[in-house]
Amino acid sequence: MSKGTKVPGYMQGKGSRNPRGIIGDREIRYKCSLQNTILDVLRGRPGWQEVPGQNNIPQNVQANPKQQGQQSTGQQPSNTGKSGSGSTNQGTTFGNKGSVRNPQQGPGTQPGVPTRLGFQSIPPITRNSDGDWDFYWCDREWLAQNYDTMFLYEHQKILHFRNHYELTRKNLMVKNLKRLKKQTERELGKAEGQSFEFFPTTYELPSEYHIFVEEFKKNPGIIWIMKPAARAQGRGIFLFRRLKDITDWKKGEYQPLSDPNREVPETYVVQRYIENPYLIGGRKFDVRVYVLVVSYNPLKVWLYRSGFARFSNTRFSLDSIEDTYVHLTNVAIQKNAPDYDPDKGCKWSTQQLRKYLCAKHGVEAVKNAFKGIDNIIIKSLQSVQKIIINDKHCFEMYGYDVLFDSDLKPWLIEINASPSLTASGKEDYDLKFGLLNDVLNVLDLENRLTGKEKRIGGWDLLWEDGPILADDGNMECTPNGTTASIPNSFLGCHNDRKRQLRELFTAAQSIKKS
Amino acid sequence: MGDSNYSKAYIQTLIDELKTSKIYTDLQCAAQVEIAKPTLRLSELKKGVLNGLVNSGWDRKLRNAIYRFLQTHPKLQFPSPPPEHLKEPLVFLRKAQQAWEKRILKSLNSMCTDLNIPLARKRPEKEQKEWAQKWTELGIDGPDLSQFRPVYAPKDFLEVIIGLQNPNYHGSDTPGFYHLWGIVQVPLKVKDIDELRLQYSDMSINQCQSGIDDAQDIPSELFEQERVKLGKKVINTNHGPLAQEFSKKGCPTSMRATLWCQILAVELDEIDILYYEQLKTNVLQHDLLVDSLLYKDVKLTATNDDQYFVFEDFLYQVLLPFSRDTYVLNHFDYNSASPPKSYIRGRLGMDEFAVNYPPNGVIPFHGFAMYVAPMCFLYKETITLYYVFREMYVRYFFRLHSISSHPQGIVGLSLLFESLLQTHESDLFFHLKSVGCQPLKVAFKWLVRAFSGYLSSDQVLLLWDRVLAYNSLEILAVLAVAIFSFRKTNLMKVQSYNAAEAVLADLTTLQVIPLIQLSLFSK
Repeated sequence: MSKGTKVPGYMQGKGSRNPRGIIGDREIRYKCSLQNTILDVLRGRPGWQEVPGQNNIPQNVQANPKQQGQQSTGQQPSNTGKSGSGSTNQGTTFGNKGSVRNPQQGPGTQPGVPTRLGFQSIPPITRNSDGDWDFYWCDREWLAQNYDTMFLYEHQKILHFRNHYELTRKNLMVKNLKRLKKQTERELGKAEGQSFEFFPTTYELPSEYHIFVEEFKKNPGIIWIMKPAARAQGRGIFLFRRLKDITDWKKGEYQPLSDPNREVPETYVVQRYIENPYLIGGRKFDVRVYVLVVSYNPLKVWLYRSGFARFSNTRFSLDSIEDTYVHLTNVAIQKNAPDYDPDKGCKWSTQQLRKYLCAKHGVEAVKNAFKGIDNIIIKSLQSVQKIIINDKHCFEMYGYDVLFDSDLKPWLIEINASPSLTASGKEDYDLKFGLLNDVLNVLDLENRLTGKEKRIGGWDLLWEDGPILADDGNMECTPNGTTASIPNSFLGCHNDRKRQLRELFTAAQSIKKS
Repeated sequence: MGDSNYSKAYIQTLIDELKTSKIYTDLQCAAQVEIAKPTLRLSELKKGVLNGLVNSGWDRKLRNAIYRFLQTHPKLQFPSPPPEHLKEPLVFLRKAQQAWEKRILKSLNSMCTDLNIPLARKRPEKEQKEWAQKWTELGIDGPDLSQFRPVYAPKDFLEVIIGLQNPNYHGSDTPGFYHLWGIVQVPLKVKDIDELRLQYSDMSINQCQSGIDDAQDIPSELFEQERVKLGKKVINTNHGPLAQEFSKKGCPTSMRATLWCQILAVELDEIDILYYEQLKTNVLQHDLLVDSLLYKDVKLTATNDDQYFVFEDFLYQVLLPFSRDTYVLNHFDYNSASPPKSYIRGRLGMDEFAVNYPPNGVIPFHGFAMYVAPMCFLYKETITLYYVFREMYVRYFFRLHSISSHPQGIVGLSLLFESLLQTHESDLFFHLKSVGCQPLKVAFKWLVRAFSGYLSSDQVLLLWDRVLAYNSLEILAVLAVAIFSFRKTNLMKVQSYNAAEAVLADLTTLQVIPLIQLSLFSK
């Protein structure tokens, strides 16, 4: 796989360090490139320390290595690129000088204390003084710039995988899904391929323009939706019914090729529009599902039981396809709607939604619908499993956008690698605060858990190299034998994360002692 | 039927009512179908027809119709009481209610003159068409409401209730001859905890309940599966009393919609659909002042609510036709309130030109829309929603905003709340009273709205399950007491009304059924 071709620094230092990568008894040092809920979470975590310095400015890889002795923080990743395994020693020396945090200072030390002048740094007790952070919630741009040249220690954890865009760019996502679908059909037959029928017919533009036109002519009258492949938050999306609409657009978009200043045309995807969405109170909505991937090889996936449904601001009807507000449920777009009320937020919790659907359709129907979401998650992740550059330092929290149609069948709309963490209200803040805290609990940098948990806070282990069942072992005890395989998936179920965590930590502690 | 319990006159009314209702002709038609069957022997004509009616389910329908009558018509103690006694036997409460109505009407009239808006007007042709078009999305651009204010809020109503005095107890000038601890000073008989325990014995702690034992972390084979199986059987029989008995332990979420319909005897046919369409036409043709009040209320309450904002349009589609529905007038036979009268222009005071205003006789107040909102979670079709709400209103909700001596009236519930709290949480009651925070001042708004909008929607539905199942609103007062007990530790620390209100501000996290069990059965 990709490992053969590329040997970044992190591949080389293996074995020389503590195999479990335990941080030991010092505080955990983190960096964070965002200013919202995640920062609150990290700051509120006992025993965690913010690495002082420029958190928000993406670091420059080309920083002069000579300065590193004096200029301490934030630059560590860059000095590792040039010297492979040798960097261990080198790094340590640099790091010792550079490391600001010293244990005696304790958590009282404020971030932002002068780092270079007059500060006699005492070597920390642990060996890992090389990396100046243990946990980095970075943005995608930073990772793209620095990943290939950085050196990571066993214990370090960083957000995002190197090529996360394989799943989050709309055109690549569809390409990957189509490929896995074909492969499945080839190996397991057409019937098995049916389980991939969760994304609408999609073509990439301009590359697949002609196939699209053919398909378009085959199905006259249906509505198509055009989305820029790389843009987020609903920007640049429009609907059309006639080919004329798109030829105009095509001219506008592609004509400037003659203009040397403009770059290659932006890639779009064109998608069959789902014309019968499930409506509540006459409004369309989509469901945000949070998924945490801690490893692609083996694939290990957690599903968060809370989330929310976003309602479109106006009533759904196909009469006015020019009205973007109706069709998109992105909060970002809705914010521009004329009568948007920010206090309202237009959101329901997933719990609320599940209750509503249960009341209307019965428990079984809803169970099936939510099982469909599990399928979407697993299939989409499997479609990129071999492509994503796996790295045990990396993790990813995806925000899946799922739409139900009027038959309660879920459709995958898109996957975000940096779902919005800014809260729109108190309830939203509580959700995101809990969510992110539980991400940290799953990653378990504090090493408080056994690693065998199936549920941590609001996260349920959905997949670990295979499906996870809700209760294993005592299947034969069930009286009617029908409950033999309940998947360990609880989207929209009661989330008593605090209580669960308390029990979990107590249990893990006693296991460890014995 | 236990004939001895019902007077002849009562049964006569029942028969008269049945004869005028649709079920009579339906039964006749069904009987004719039976007679026409070739298998029927002439010698056993009567028996054959009866059996046929039983087999085709008509007997159930008749039973349901009778049951419905029994539920909505109070049993008479005396052969022929005067009609005003049916409404309210106590003169001073009757008068108080009349005075209150006058006040409401006055404020409604002054709003009319201030804003220079007529009580009703016919819409021009063009506007009617517009309304017909936007019927399913009335919330998008409603009328300008900045001038409107709710006619009254629960707080104003509480003032009136506090002011109620029984003249028989205050004949002399000496104050405190008869003085209750709480703020309601009307001596009515209310139940004590033992009576309530008996009444709600199916809710006791050793009985499994929907709303506790069907929680998701409890394996469903312990309770839920059996419950759902039984529920299906109950629904299949389509028998009101059975559905009611079953609901005493709560309705499984997916069956609630059907069970409620059965308990309330809501069974839609073409006539009901037609009737609703007529009401809708009435809305389209005439613009009433109360429409703006209802609009305002929805905007103030449901639209601002995280759970209910989605249903804004449903609420208009229910509330506006409701205000036109003259069927609702029937409930004033047993409601202490009376429909307000309005006179055709220029004929003020002449009874022959008087009309009920609004046509259903109910003037909405702040929070009225919340009686409908939780039910939006149950019914997808507006028409079913409409009829279930209408039935709920004429059976229960009207009692929550009219002054009467009925044990389920708001005065009785307030008193029940106060007396339970005094008896079982005396220290808490005393503490709150002594820091100037009468508990009822906090709890009153919960009671008036039947907790809708205060609890999370699923909890409201679980609570209303029990209202329907036990055919009584008394559970509301019990829950209010339970909430006070549950937050007692914090309440004992407060030193002001505002602090107490803050402690009780957010009820959305509460689980009502365990709380009710706690306060009824744990001591």
